[in-house]
Amino acid sequence: MNISVITFPGSNCDRDVITAAAEITGKQPTAVWHKDTDLGNPDLVIIPGGFSFGDYLRCGAIASKSPAMDEVIEHSLRGGMVMGICNGFQVLVETGLLPGALIRNKGLKFVCRDTNLKTHQHGKDIMAGFQDGEEMVIPVAHNEGQYFADDDTLKRIQDNGQIAFTYTPMGDETDYNPNGAALDIAGITSENGRVLGMMPHPERKMSDTVGGADGRRLLTAIIEASQS
Amino acid sequence: MKVMVSINLKPGVLDPQARAIENSLSSLGYTEVSGVSTGKQIILDLDETDESRARQKTAKMCETLLVNTVIENYDITIMDEDS
Amino acid sequence: MTDNNPIVTLDDALGMGLTAEEFDRICDHMGRTPNLTELGVFSAMWSEHCSYKSSKKWLKTLPTTGEQVIQGPGENAGVIDIGDGWAAVFKIESHNHPSYIEPYQGAATGVGGILRDVFTMGARPVALLNALRFGAPDHELTPYLASGVVAGIGGYGNCIGIPTVGGEVNFDPSYNGNILVNAMAVGLARADKIFYSAASGAGNPVIYIGAKTGRDGIHGATMASAEFSEDDASKRPTVQVGDPFAGKLLMEASLELMASDSVVAIQDMGAAGLTSSSVEMAAKGGLGMEIDLDLVPVREDHMSAYEIMLSESQERMLVVLKPDATEKAKAILDKWDLDFATIGTVTDSGRLVLNKDGGLAADIPLAPLVDDAPEYDRPHEDSPELPQLASGDLAIEANIKSVLLTLLGSHHLCSRRWIWEQYDRDVMADTVAASTGDAALVRVHGSNRGLAISTDCTPRYVKADPMTGGKQAVAEAYRNISASGALPLAVTNNLNFGNPEKPRIMGQITGSVMGMGEAAKALGTPVVSGNVSLYNETDGNAINPAPVIGMVGVIDDVDQAVGIGLTAAGKSVVIIGQHPEQNDGWLGCSVYADVMTNNPEAAPPPVDLDAEALTGQFIRSAIANSQISACHDIGDGGAMPALAEMVMASHGLGVDVTLPNGAGHGWAFGEDQSRYLVETDDADALLAMAKELGVDGQIIGQTIPSAELKFNDGMTISSVEMNEAYEGGLPRIMAGKNA
Repeated sequence: MNISVITFPGSNCDRDVITAAAEITGKQPTAVWHKDTDLGNPDLVIIPGGFSFGDYLRCGAIASKSPAMDEVIEHSLRGGMVMGICNGFQVLVETGLLPGALIRNKGLKFVCRDTNLKTHQHGKDIMAGFQDGEEMVIPVAHNEGQYFADDDTLKRIQDNGQIAFTYTPMGDETDYNPNGAALDIAGITSENGRVLGMMPHPERKMSDTVGGADGRRLLTAIIEASQS
Repeated sequence: MKVMVSINLKPGVLDPQARAIENSLSSLGYTEVSGVSTGKQIILDLDETDESRARQKTAKMCETLLVNTVIENYDITIMDEDS
Repeated sequence: MTDNNPIVTLDDALGMGLTAEEFDRICDHMGRTPNLTELGVFSAMWSEHCSYKSSKKWLKTLPTTGEQVIQGPGENAGVIDIGDGWAAVFKIESHNHPSYIEPYQGAATGVGGILRDVFTMGARPVALLNALRFGAPDHELTPYLASGVVAGIGGYGNCIGIPTVGGEVNFDPSYNGNILVNAMAVGLARADKIFYSAASGAGNPVIYIGAKTGRDGIHGATMASAEFSEDDASKRPTVQVGDPFAGKLLMEASLELMASDSVVAIQDMGAAGLTSSSVEMAAKGGLGMEIDLDLVPVREDHMSAYEIMLSESQERMLVVLKPDATEKAKAILDKWDLDFATIGTVTDSGRLVLNKDGGLAADIPLAPLVDDAPEYDRPHEDSPELPQLASGDLAIEANIKSVLLTLLGSHHLCSRRWIWEQYDRDVMADTVAASTGDAALVRVHGSNRGLAISTDCTPRYVKADPMTGGKQAVAEAYRNISASGALPLAVTNNLNFGNPEKPRIMGQITGSVMGMGEAAKALGTPVVSGNVSLYNETDGNAINPAPVIGMVGVIDDVDQAVGIGLTAAGKSVVIIGQHPEQNDGWLGCSVYADVMTNNPEAAPPPVDLDAEALTGQFIRSAIANSQISACHDIGDGGAMPALAEMVMASHGLGVDVTLPNGAGHGWAFGEDQSRYLVETDDADALLAMAKELGVDGQIIGQTIPSAELKFNDGMTISSVEMNEAYEGGLPRIMAGKNA
């Protein structure tokens, strides 16, 4: 199992993702610097969170044009698995590998809190390890995480089953969507089901010590799906 | 040649910042204000003397990097040298 | 002498905040009248901010040593041994004036500055905390200043990727025109890999790395050492702008550089920029330094020697490299796209020599600049002793329920969620507890060892009785750390006061420093770093004194730590540190007095340091023995608000409270010190063990499987009611609806 993790200047969850992946697989992932063009023949590429290039211009925009991302696009066009978390999701929509855009949170403030996620796809591709309707508590931490797409695109991704995760109420919670995302979308996949982008950070919930192990479950499922 | 790119959110894209500005203006008594929108400007100094070529090149830059056409519109203005 | 570097006059010196007497001393040391650049260097180094001239005499009385101390005050940050070969590196620093002028940038650069202090020592920062003081909740500027400061703290910390895990905030009219923004950073390093700032090796190259120098923040250190007046809001041009992205690159590049065996000494350019960094590096090494200012990377044209030396542009460091390491170092900086310039050399002249435009811009003897910095024994006057009030003098006609809900919704006690939800608390994936409990808990990456961290101060106590208030700040932090199960190890302090030239203010400083020192000694937590911020006054009105304590403790296994949330029904709830028959409490100077009464001036609760140490020790051992499953320090607001917080932090659990005979508001809301609320399976065993140590305890109830406080007199308060009051307070203030 080869996992490659891309680091841009300003990435700040690269170490966390590498630690989490190593814990799950028992094998150290390959750290790829944004100027590198050799991804190391990965089964799965993870683009971690952070503030690549300071979020200047638009979140993820400058990173999406880096040499390493050209290789990630190639890898994806060959049917390779790619996962983008938070800023990684923003990078993926900027490359066009995923539809839509991520815009400023509705509340105009950075938001860091636990969210309850529900899965919507199962049994195939990068989401192969999930049952439909599974719930997991995973934290978000972002300023620009409101998923946006025009109505046609929203309809298309719904019809294609590209919605991977939505924010869903915990009990009788009403304020469950942290950023105003359309259709409560927290994560989507590409049309071929092999590229996943999500705002919440599974690498931050790896054990009960840090408040829960749902993130480990989520990452394990993605990694196992990438192996087959 | 100086070129200004004005970038605005497309109609229909939620602009919460604009809404906050509008609310704030209204609470300050400027109730006549509506339809606030926000955007950004990027000014480039191009080593180019031909206006149409400058526009063409800038449009290319907008499409590749400066603008996310999923949510943003842009407009290119050639600025006077002395402005 | 060039046009922009003229020989100065006494008026120039007065304009830079120096006294006539200080100017005479400068001329003596120089053997001539200095030029503008030289005077600028002296005025910055002799400013209150850099020289501690009013407080030094008193700071020297603080305990600074202990077997855990690797580095005490005098470096960029303090360093303590936390076991397993790890060291914790930490410091707190104020950015009060800049944050009032431009809240977002002021707070952001405050965070950036304290992070540089920590990574300069070779430590990777792992946690940020803060201590904030804003004006009255209904003051028109409070929502603007508070939201700007919070966004700025988050803006920097979130981007650079260090979790903001804790802090505290107070609102009080004394901060209307002078808010306090204190930021604390904690880092981890291997204990044998600490870097210091003393230069060595004459001939070694002096390197500038990081962002370019502009005209921002010129003379910030002097500005931080002067009183404020109304028109100061127009001093905007001197505000520095932070760039957390550049800060992140600088942090990674610096840590990589220090790991590459290239660095002799390193110092960040913080207050007074290139001046303090070059002077301190050379002087600490007993050497000299020669710098060619034309080689300093600048981002504005025609900058003078004075401007380059006094600029406080952010994200810059000064490094002395090993002689053959320049190429290796440059490659690292190139990788991170940061400026790298060899700007000078270490000399053995004992002088700071600055060249500019092919000529000499300054030539200053370092020893007198540093060693002969002024030190004042300013006249000080004790605060008048205030009466001790009995609860009967204060108690009002209202039931405990209505008082509790009012206090929970008050600006003193209401939930800080509006603030901490804007901070990334989980990045680095080692946060065990943040923002909601007593101390923040952060795991040492790759192990189960944990750092417990807390910032504390109760300014109303300090104002009423500086000595007791100084003690209480340390005791409160000690209690917060102990309540999580960790062993308190050391503190950093941030002394925020008004104008020390006023005897009453100076008396607040001396009193609280003495109290702080006594407590730090008694509780075994020496002071290893700190910062002093004086002249916090606007138009002659001083702030409530705020000697803030940041404390760090260690726990061997974070899974042993307990939180404040109740864990199961059918357990006992006990107040440790309270007599079994207790039915009253100390209401003078309390939150209750402030919110519910006309708040007569009164003495704060006394702090018994022996009892504090003993109770803390008991709590820690009971947590280690798994006899306690939840623990909460009793602080502001007293026992019932603390109990309410425990209920709100649990899922579907509550407490059936048995009120002691005759228990009134004093019992429920008194702020007697050295007390903890704990949940335990076996209250008798716990109390027996406490008794052996000479610690008291009072059983006050049982946990129940419904989310409420239920009293034996029939009164019930549901978690929903408490939450509504508790969570509603801050959003209301921030929406300006308290006005």
